[in-house]
Amino acid sequence: MIVLEKRPQPSKAWSYATPLVAVIATMVFGGILFAILGKNPIEAIGTIFWEPLFGEFAFYYRPQLLVKGAPLVLIAIGLSLGFRAGIWNIGAEGQYIMGAIFGAGAGLAFYPLEAWFIFPIMVLAGAFGGWLWATIPAFLKVRFGTNEILVSLMLVYVAEQFLASVSLGLLKNPEGFGFPGSRNLQSYESAHNAELIAGSGMHWGVVAAFIAVIFAYVLLNRHMLGFHIRLTGEAPRAAKFAGVNPARLILFCLGLSGALAGLAGMFEVSGPSGVVSIDFNVGYGFTAIIVAFLGRLHPVGILLAGGIMALTYIGGEIAQSQLGLPAAAIQVFQGMLLFFLLAFDLLTNYRIRAARSEVA
Amino acid sequence: MTTPLLSLQGLTKAYPGVVANDQVSFDIGEGEVHALLGENGAGKSTLVKMIYGLVKPDSGTMLLRGQAFAPPEPRAARADGIAMVFQHFSLFDALNVAENIALGMENPPPMGDLASRIREVSETYGLPLDPFRTVGDLSAGERQRVEIIRCLLQDPKLLIMDEPTSVLTPQEVDILFETLNKLRSEGTSILYISHKLEEIRTLCDHATILRLGKNVGECVPSETSARDMAEMMVGSTLQTPERSGREFGEVALDVSGLSVPSPSEFGTALKNVHMTVRKGEVLGIGGVAGNGQDELLGVLSGEIQTAADAIKFNGQAIGKKGPTARRKLGVLTAPEERLGHAAAPDMSLTENALLTGSVREGLESNGFLKWNETKGFAEKIIEAFDVRTPGPENAARSLSGGNLQKFVIGREVLQNPDVLVVNQPTWGVDAAAAASIRQAILDLAAKGTAVVCISQDLDELMEISDSFAALNEGRLSAPRSTTGLTVDEIGLMMGGAHGMEVAHV
Repeated sequence: MIVLEKRPQPSKAWSYATPLVAVIATMVFGGILFAILGKNPIEAIGTIFWEPLFGEFAFYYRPQLLVKGAPLVLIAIGLSLGFRAGIWNIGAEGQYIMGAIFGAGAGLAFYPLEAWFIFPIMVLAGAFGGWLWATIPAFLKVRFGTNEILVSLMLVYVAEQFLASVSLGLLKNPEGFGFPGSRNLQSYESAHNAELIAGSGMHWGVVAAFIAVIFAYVLLNRHMLGFHIRLTGEAPRAAKFAGVNPARLILFCLGLSGALAGLAGMFEVSGPSGVVSIDFNVGYGFTAIIVAFLGRLHPVGILLAGGIMALTYIGGEIAQSQLGLPAAAIQVFQGMLLFFLLAFDLLTNYRIRAARSEVA
Repeated sequence: MTTPLLSLQGLTKAYPGVVANDQVSFDIGEGEVHALLGENGAGKSTLVKMIYGLVKPDSGTMLLRGQAFAPPEPRAARADGIAMVFQHFSLFDALNVAENIALGMENPPPMGDLASRIREVSETYGLPLDPFRTVGDLSAGERQRVEIIRCLLQDPKLLIMDEPTSVLTPQEVDILFETLNKLRSEGTSILYISHKLEEIRTLCDHATILRLGKNVGECVPSETSARDMAEMMVGSTLQTPERSGREFGEVALDVSGLSVPSPSEFGTALKNVHMTVRKGEVLGIGGVAGNGQDELLGVLSGEIQTAADAIKFNGQAIGKKGPTARRKLGVLTAPEERLGHAAAPDMSLTENALLTGSVREGLESNGFLKWNETKGFAEKIIEAFDVRTPGPENAARSLSGGNLQKFVIGREVLQNPDVLVVNQPTWGVDAAAAASIRQAILDLAAKGTAVVCISQDLDELMEISDSFAALNEGRLSAPRSTTGLTVDEIGLMMGGAHGMEVAHV
């Protein structure tokens, strides 16, 4: 019989090893899945993990890694602060949409003026949009004790409707021949979040993601607020005893994660996407939840996890087009990653012992 | 000689890193009240869990009336006539007494029959209890009666009681003892676990003393002095805390007309509490658990805020201030629950030192943490209070209860508070550590700190406090000087015997 035994304290080694073990387990079981689907598992796994980095067309895929990874990291960093404190914002997708709408709206309001200050205003507007959207569940939780998980999730769908509405109305391109969607910000120089080095994929959103990683690291490890966030997550009563004001912490964590998600949306709409359209959002806000946990809610971990997640996205697309793997199989593959991570996570706090079954 | 009811022979049980019981042997005779004495961690609980079928011994045998006895699970032990009243009750607050008792039975009879049987048993043994009252409304003493009646309904041959008096007032203890004596006269054996020596001397026929998992001696309690038993338990001579000079200064803490609703549904609201504590004075607050102790600590620490004027520190109204502001002023507290309230279990001792020490020890500047200084503070606590741990980087939960308690108390004491409020400062701590914690509290008072000590251990309160008050259903009795206070008076301050009037008819 196998028994789980609680460790006297969490194992450091396992907390670093679990993400790696989870990735390996995902490769093994994903490979089995692909084999059942009639594909060569080695080739499929190789395509997903190898092709984007070192394959023939890597020069095209590598910048894509930054483009896909940056919003994931930016959003996941914000979410991780809340998750650390036991505050569950799962509506980052909605905050991402609102950030994009506010950011693009602010930029388009100046069209066709060309001025240096337009882009900074868009950045602020994007962050504000996301903050606003996340503050709704925060306020309702603090004031009326509602569940932030439900409210933030519901607001994603509200945001999607809002996105559809502005793409067809308020922000619709007047010169767009009636097609839904805004003007393309890529062709509006003052509002364009262009690559900082051409062909590198490096845009302002990537810079912001790196800054967020450093900021979160300093906050959590060197600042009282970060200590209070961790304390609230680990022992809420002890946090209250230490003098943490739970309402203020909820407003801060939800607000900050909303602002970062809003920023991610704004950098996306003004850069890689360019257009506010009905199908602008592609699920970064939800995938970022996986990224946050895959990175163990640790800033550096999230940076690496964002990279891996972006890799499976791009690798998955290649596998779909080259090997004909169904899109659902790729999603299962990504789901496995979170599943194995959470499963192996048990080992940081417990050890497995093979106990001989006791005879009476 | 007759065959004993239960005979334990060489019972051994080891857990990783610790031998809980090492070759323990003793006999319990028919109709005998047998005491099992020992400090926390001496292995008393493991031993009774083996008898009750919750834990299987690694080696050794048990004989029940001469027959081999090895219950694979509690159900089997119960079938053989063994019943146990646990220290921590397993009752559902929202259900009534009869429903709670039915839940613990194999084949519960219809509610009506069960209720009349409960009445019958409760009258026979002088344990009045209404089967249809909701458990959430019962006092701790009444809850214990539910547990005892649950056991008595099984008609046990051996009743195991784990620290039964820790939740009772002195009057309730008397009534419990009457019940136990009646059971004894009917031939039921009782295995009585406690570390309260005086009650063992009055009640028990025989005592077995455990230390570090070993049987270190047996005695007849009525013929042995409490001091001798204590020294057998501890294995060394006991140091009694001493104090010098009882000069009180001005009033440091002034609580008046304090009424606070409880934050939790089955908690106790504080009702019109008045008390003053002078500099250098130790005010002991007794009372049965669940009578407002947690709420009182919360309202003094600042976790629960109240009318500003209700609490004054050196004349300044602080009722509306939060924990951090109060710490800055010099009002420090140490809650009862160590893991999860006084300390964060998964965080290191360094981080736990920061938890309350940041303001007074200057462990942050502009919100940025000074980890080196914090680690130094943690090391200082570990050193000064002899906390047994490899170092400050270890998680709080890796410490034993007593060691963590020393850390938590030491953390507040070393910050030189002007007012210190502690709840159950020596709960679950071995005698030597308890003595050193009490000494630290007394030393602090000698330096002029006003101390409020909330505790359920009356001996402790008598030993260290200058004045005594008791909490009963959220009301605080008027504080009285401890000199000349008798046990009976204390009992009455604690509310006498809850719902026991019927028993005296």
